[in-house]
Amino acid sequence: MNEYILEMRNITKTFPGVKALDSVNLKVKRGEIHCLIGENGSGKSTLMKILSGVYPYGEYSGDIIYDGEIQKFSRISDSEKVGIAIIYQELALVPEMTIYENIYLGHEIKKGKTIDWNETIVQAEKMLKRVGLDINPSIKVKDLGVGKQQLVEIAKALSKNVKLLILDEPTAALNEIESENLLKLITELKKEGVTSILISHKLKEVTAVADSITVLRDGKFISAMDAKEGTISESTIIKHMVGREIEDIYPKRPNKKFGEVFFEAVNWSAYDYNLGRQVLKNVNFKVRKGEIVGIAGLMGAGRTELALSIFGNSKDYKVEGDLYVEGKKVNLKSVKDAIEAGIAYVTEDRKGNGLILIDDIKSNISLANLKAISKNGVINSHEEINIANDYKKSLNIKAPSIEQKVGNLSGGNQQKVSLAKWMFAKPNLLILDEPTRGIDVGAKFEIYTLMNKLVAQGMSIIMISSELPEVLGMSDRIYVMADGKLVGELSQEEATQENIMELATN
Amino acid sequence: MELLKEAKQLIKQNIREYGMYIALVFIMIIFSITTGGLFTSSRNISNLINQNGYIAVLTVGMTLVLIICNIDLSVGYAAGFLGAVAAILLTQYNLPVFVVVPLVLILGIIIGLCNGILVGKVKIPAFVVTLAGMMIFRGALLLITEGTGTIIIPNKTFNAIGNGFIPDIVKGSDIHILTLIIGGLAILFYIWSQFKTRKNNIKYNFKVVSMKMFILKVTFISIIIAYLTWILANYNGLSWTTVVVAIVVAIYHFITNKTQLGRHIYAVGGNIEAAKLSGINVNKITYIVFASMSMLAALAGILYTARLQSATTVAGTGFEMDAIAAAYVGGVSAAGGVGKITGSIIGALVIASMTNGMNLMGVGIHYQYIIKGLVLVVAVAFDIQTRKKRK
Repeated sequence: MNEYILEMRNITKTFPGVKALDSVNLKVKRGEIHCLIGENGSGKSTLMKILSGVYPYGEYSGDIIYDGEIQKFSRISDSEKVGIAIIYQELALVPEMTIYENIYLGHEIKKGKTIDWNETIVQAEKMLKRVGLDINPSIKVKDLGVGKQQLVEIAKALSKNVKLLILDEPTAALNEIESENLLKLITELKKEGVTSILISHKLKEVTAVADSITVLRDGKFISAMDAKEGTISESTIIKHMVGREIEDIYPKRPNKKFGEVFFEAVNWSAYDYNLGRQVLKNVNFKVRKGEIVGIAGLMGAGRTELALSIFGNSKDYKVEGDLYVEGKKVNLKSVKDAIEAGIAYVTEDRKGNGLILIDDIKSNISLANLKAISKNGVINSHEEINIANDYKKSLNIKAPSIEQKVGNLSGGNQQKVSLAKWMFAKPNLLILDEPTRGIDVGAKFEIYTLMNKLVAQGMSIIMISSELPEVLGMSDRIYVMADGKLVGELSQEEATQENIMELATN
Repeated sequence: MELLKEAKQLIKQNIREYGMYIALVFIMIIFSITTGGLFTSSRNISNLINQNGYIAVLTVGMTLVLIICNIDLSVGYAAGFLGAVAAILLTQYNLPVFVVVPLVLILGIIIGLCNGILVGKVKIPAFVVTLAGMMIFRGALLLITEGTGTIIIPNKTFNAIGNGFIPDIVKGSDIHILTLIIGGLAILFYIWSQFKTRKNNIKYNFKVVSMKMFILKVTFISIIIAYLTWILANYNGLSWTTVVVAIVVAIYHFITNKTQLGRHIYAVGGNIEAAKLSGINVNKITYIVFASMSMLAALAGILYTARLQSATTVAGTGFEMDAIAAAYVGGVSAAGGVGKITGSIIGALVIASMTNGMNLMGVGIHYQYIIKGLVLVVAVAFDIQTRKKRK
């Protein structure tokens, strides 16, 4: 038998316009806990999707050698057949079904042609015991907490005779005790011979359980380290994660002038009704006029929730705390209230909840402020066209005309339409959520230049970003978030990739 | 030659929109041949419009409901029920027509607001809410007509809404002069608005068709309006039903194309999350759209009852299906966010023409349903295919 259960060799995967993975190598020894580390967008998830067959053989180059054989998975069930199971952040259980139904969903135990429910329940109980859950398997999954649901997922994987278990950020939604139990379980399973790949942002966990570590950065393989008995320190890992040269693509802003505080949040907490948990805990921050404030943090740290809960989404969040605009307390009950208070939010997901892709450029730009170009509810189409043409020109939106459907534009141009839409709403505070995600360098530079121009005019900008160089290059002040809390505030001078990452991963 | 090339390209690019007009013309020609000209006779065209006015009105309302990704199954029996309410108010309470009509329309709005609140606020799927409504109004219709059975309406003014024609300014002429004048004005207005739009488009550097093509298109549409006017003027002239439908279409066309409300409706249908994050009150839009739908159902009920000069116990059966089918045939996207009032009206005309033509040909009702069903599926399949290609 080979020492390695899995070898991924020179894996390269390109999406239109982006190289997501560039000859990445991953070697996992039999019976170890292997941690896969990297910032947001470093390619971890893409690599795991290739391994599990979500991106089938032929859509990537390179080899997957599992159990000594080259594998050509064309769908998820192929990888499951050889004993690979992935547990995603978003749980893949059917909430209305019982635990035992969920565990054997897709590979039901049969007697003849029908399902043998009695045997199913007996087996499910065994699986639950293996993951340390002492509950009745007839309970519906929706009645379990997130932590227990995760364990049910693992039980499901075990029921398929898993040999290689991949956990994608398993502890992101768990509290400390649940996290500890989960890590203990993985260590237990190791003794039973189950190999695990653990993707995690929490470096404390990583150093505690990892046998070896692979670090990815920007879709490239950076290092593979032996980590037995905590020989690797957190700071070493961080160095590998962020050690990127900062290119000089950030336009300088001479004569910075900051005015009074424009916006302030005091003890701001939010409970997400949909997720059913607290997503923000006592956040305090402020932004001055003419200032760009960066908010850094890892996925799930609560940055987008912070923006959305401020931006009047009272139906999705139960909020506590106070907001002040220009020193005056405000109560933003709806998005409309927020817009009227001078706040605009440019979403991270422009296709999902930012733009109307089947509509043209001009109606997208005018949508958030139709009032300004209407009289008695009737839209002045001349004014709308003029305004759209002005923005098309000033933001350099590349399209044959403003009648072009937004869905047909490139990512960068879509982002510019998004920006134009919210600039037209004439805000005093612009919240940009991942403003340059998925767009090319040229368009990035244009957006940075635009941001500088806007703050020079006295606007305040909050920029949420996962790209550390961008945060460092553009922000006057940086807040770092982790686990729904603000864990640090750094001035532009004192901030480095290392100290931001240290705050974000603790 | 170049013109032909441009025409081909134009049709290719706008196949969805032009396809419908082509289909309509095609259907009309086929039926005219198969019925020996009976189909395009003045009397038949006039009847065709008057018989289907209520479907046209329902289709207009349904278009908005479908645009915001909802559905309203209750409109058929709501129309039947509200028509019967109108009949009772006229015959048993002896209220005058100008009181009854607004009263019934307001009742429609109230019903629609209930639907809207159940869908928007209580978050029950529209299919369920309006299915329940369908059953309730069917029962309510039977209930209020229980004692009387079919209610005959002797009121001439009311019945004129479904059967009457606008009076002529010149008495005793063979041709209806006022109809000709209105038709002429309509053509002038059409030409003027087309030229104005073209001028603006050129000013803003939007793509326009060549001048020759433009003139060809304007002439073509003008001839159609002229022909229709001529046919109607040769019979009894414009009917009140046509006037009502034209006013409804004009108002809704204006709302959807020119107003904030219209833009918000399309935004909610196009991407509900983006609409919310743009400060649009999605619930308010839902209330308005459902209220407008049921108000138009009330109007449809009035048109239908007036047409029959009576309220029957089965009025409203299947109206909703015709309206939904017409809207889909008329280019409303099954995914929401896309659809035009004018398109839906053409869709309604296609369905009405098919029914009428097949009736004249003596095609059995069983084949009629099968054929209409096939047309619906083909139209929507065609729609989805052409949209995919454009992407």
